[in-house]
Amino acid sequence: MEITGALVATLSKKAKENRQIIVDVFKGGGHFGGSFSCTDILTVLYNSVMNVDPANPKWEGRDYFILSKGHANGALATVLATRGFYSCEQLETFNCLDSPFGEHPTQKMPGVEIPTGSLGHGLSIGVGIALSLKLDKKDSKVYVLMGDGELHEGQVWEAMQAAPKWGLDNLIAIVDRNRLSMDGPTESVSMPLEPLVDKWSSFNWAVKTVDGHDVRALLEVSSAIPFRTGSPSVIIANTVKGKGVSFMEGDYNWHYGLLNEETRRQALSEIAEAR
Amino acid sequence: MPSDDVMKQATLKGIAGRDAYGLTLAQLGKENENIVVMAADALESTKGIYFAKEFPERTFNFGIAEANMVGAAAGMALRGKVPVVAFYGFLTMRVCEQVRTDICYPRLNVKIAATASGLAMGAGGSTHHGLEDIAIMRSFPNMTIVCPASPIETVKATRAVIADHDGPVYLRLVRGADFGGTEELYDREDIPFEIGKAIILNEGEDVSIVATGQVVGLALQAGRALEREGISARVINMHTVKPIDVEAIKRAAKETTGIVTIEEHSTIGGLGDAVCSVVCEECIPTRVRKIGIRDKFCSVGPTSELWSKYGLSKENIIDVAKSIVQD
Repeated sequence: MEITGALVATLSKKAKENRQIIVDVFKGGGHFGGSFSCTDILTVLYNSVMNVDPANPKWEGRDYFILSKGHANGALATVLATRGFYSCEQLETFNCLDSPFGEHPTQKMPGVEIPTGSLGHGLSIGVGIALSLKLDKKDSKVYVLMGDGELHEGQVWEAMQAAPKWGLDNLIAIVDRNRLSMDGPTESVSMPLEPLVDKWSSFNWAVKTVDGHDVRALLEVSSAIPFRTGSPSVIIANTVKGKGVSFMEGDYNWHYGLLNEETRRQALSEIAEAR
Repeated sequence: MPSDDVMKQATLKGIAGRDAYGLTLAQLGKENENIVVMAADALESTKGIYFAKEFPERTFNFGIAEANMVGAAAGMALRGKVPVVAFYGFLTMRVCEQVRTDICYPRLNVKIAATASGLAMGAGGSTHHGLEDIAIMRSFPNMTIVCPASPIETVKATRAVIADHDGPVYLRLVRGADFGGTEELYDREDIPFEIGKAIILNEGEDVSIVATGQVVGLALQAGRALEREGISARVINMHTVKPIDVEAIKRAAKETTGIVTIEEHSTIGGLGDAVCSVVCEECIPTRVRKIGIRDKFCSVGPTSELWSKYGLSKENIIDVAKSIVQD
């Protein structure tokens, strides 16, 4: 795939539209911070990286995606809608009784492989899918998007040990490194993660870091997958929690929040004006 | 039906329940290439080793990391594999959230084989006793819980839950070879095994004894002793604790004066509570007395002596049954 200026522009525009939709998906409150930090990543993955068929979400040849940081489902639900898995109107039921769309992915949501949201589970599930693909000699890839705070969970490190054992170069972990967990900065308040690149490397993963809001950089890094034959790949995507809305950016209090009419207008206007 | 070979081996006196399971699993591997076996550094002791020898490419050792293994099993099942995951019974607690969220919620076709359940690792002490697993697993929607009582029943149950059932299963296996009192079961290949359908091992009218797992043998012994004293005991092998056989319990409650339950498990949340729940919800006036581990951590010791110490004995069943009949 050629990474043209036009493609970058198209994806950037799409990411902006997705953020605008997310504002209204979260009209009753939502995980703004972690959804906006991974909106660009999800937009690029679903529109230019992964092989998916919106008309047939269970298509045998698809790439697999696991939203291990399930609380960003507002972003995923929106990205799947604008990719054509279902209509944007259906998102109006978000968080409503019996809706397929809730704060965390459910199996009722077209395009979702497995419910997630309890942190630390996704990479293990990805290991299982990747193993079965190898067993069946299939070429599909498995993408697992994790929060950085999620890496505090011990199970993640179990999965990190396991993937290289079986040479799962069809498995790609993406860490949304916004440096904030619910209680504050990971490095000073909840639990330090650095040196994060060294940790993944020493677990025998092939690591690349990227600006998680730079569409071109995300496309370039994705085109290099697998980073090393025979090894699982991890992309540490440096991001800003709440990206796109000034009063949310870098403020851990916007991990979850509710907009009023005035702040909603401000958010939509800032997203629209962003370059 | 299981192959003659497996049946023959399983009926040999002295074979352990876990071997009966492992041999059957290897047989099933020949019949279904989607079966994969996962172990957490206990492949040999949980008896996945028979399968592993035949199908090394379908055997995965995850090291001492059960949570990751269960998550990976979910991933495998998403692609149509039939993962059989084995660990010691006490580790069910380690992975209960993964089992609930990754397997039961999406209702994936993953089979969990818990070996060394109950007090099987008696000398291991409470760190290694698995006495809470049924209670935990019962509370998860979509979960089926099967506790075979003998090697021959283990063969049948293993086949039933893996080959004939689509969905999550918790197969609670016993570790050792001592299935005391289940001699009848060794020779009863003709007893049909159906998930959710209790087996009435002895018809009786005075009192009912409902048992699950290895202690079914004690229930049989107690039933025979009671018969000799003129008390007619109905002995019910409740191999499936969930979904429980409601009709068998209703009949026992209506047709006998009361019910004794026995399980190698805490009396909180296990078979006894499941039976109580049925009779209460069905408003059947009767008496249920539970035998099991009564809200305590058990000592270190040989399994058989621990059974006696904590009331898992023929004598205790007899006493409790009499107390119901004579009350």
